[in-house]
Amino acid sequence: MGVIVPPKGLDYGQAGRSTVEGYDPAVHDKFFEAVSAELNDKGFLVASADDVITWARTGSLMWMTFGLACCAVEMMQASMPRYDMERFGMAPRASPRQSDLMIVAGTLTNKMAPALRKVYDQMPDPRYVLSMGSCANGGGYYHYSYSVVRGCDRVVPVDVYVPGCPPSAEALIYGLLQLQKKIRRNGNIRR
Amino acid sequence: MSEEKLLNLAEKLKADFKDGLIESVFAFGELTVTFARERLIEVLTKLKASPYNFQQLIDLTGVDYPKRERRFDVVYHLLSMTQNIRLRIKVETDETVPVASARDVYPNADWYEREAFDMYGILFSGHPDLRRILTDYGFEGHPLRKDFPMTGYVEVRYDDEQKRVVYEPVKLMQEYRKFDFLSPWEGAQYVLPGDEKAQQK
Repeated sequence: MGVIVPPKGLDYGQAGRSTVEGYDPAVHDKFFEAVSAELNDKGFLVASADDVITWARTGSLMWMTFGLACCAVEMMQASMPRYDMERFGMAPRASPRQSDLMIVAGTLTNKMAPALRKVYDQMPDPRYVLSMGSCANGGGYYHYSYSVVRGCDRVVPVDVYVPGCPPSAEALIYGLLQLQKKIRRNGNIRR
Repeated sequence: MSEEKLLNLAEKLKADFKDGLIESVFAFGELTVTFARERLIEVLTKLKASPYNFQQLIDLTGVDYPKRERRFDVVYHLLSMTQNIRLRIKVETDETVPVASARDVYPNADWYEREAFDMYGILFSGHPDLRRILTDYGFEGHPLRKDFPMTGYVEVRYDDEQKRVVYEPVKLMQEYRKFDFLSPWEGAQYVLPGDEKAQQK
């Protein structure tokens, strides 16, 4: 499923990234050439509506900073220039009312749980939750503690779990790309 | 150098506080002095002033010895920046007997005492605002006491019908397991592969 349905019988995808074997910078991808030609010729593109909607959604995942512990450092790292989440259109927002995605980064304690839920309830639909690290996934190191929630999925519905203690910034980016895939797979405009 | 200073200090404290000083231990380059609980504030006030000059209270915490008659120790760590020495002070107490608040001597004792109260249930008399500081609102029990169950009594969950986070008694999917590989009852008993060859020789 792509944004634009390619013309039938078009051999596209051969001009991949530089890491792909047989990559040749001189060869242009026929798919993109066809899209470019169509745009130059007609001045518009034809695509299905839900493709465009999911494309818009995946391309602007405004994530809310919900750093609770050391995972937050990796989350910041992922948004810093080296891993640069912004290239996928993900920008940190300080307010839940402006964000689409909540990254639960760190240990969720009993005392914090009502606050987390309150913040989640303030997010506008469609909203997504990414649980980052062992503690948010299932309590992790603090699973048997008297003060820690055994997984943030007890409090909010989680879309993607990223394992690790803490997960590296790369792992988080991978999880976010998986989330984009998920959004593309079951895109709809139902609230 | 600091060892000499500390030993001198121990002698001076003995001379100054006499029967108020219960025990003085010098171990691992650190001086630990146990004082009578009733004289704590007097001791701290004197220690903060000249000639002792312990200007800073670094830490205040509790220790639980459940088998002892007075089960808690309240521990004060003091630092003298001018002399570059540290001193540990201990006071014994139990669940019901309050310790005098050190807040008027060292203002930062305020939150430390709230923490000790929260974690151990040690009472501090004369504290202006002795309530919990770290644990959840409405939390029951004192988690760092040895008789407090590690997993606590309640856990939280979001209830979709009530639309709020609810508290429930703890229900564990799997009991806590402790692996003590050095114990002869739990350690590996089988012959490791390859070991039998070494015995044949």
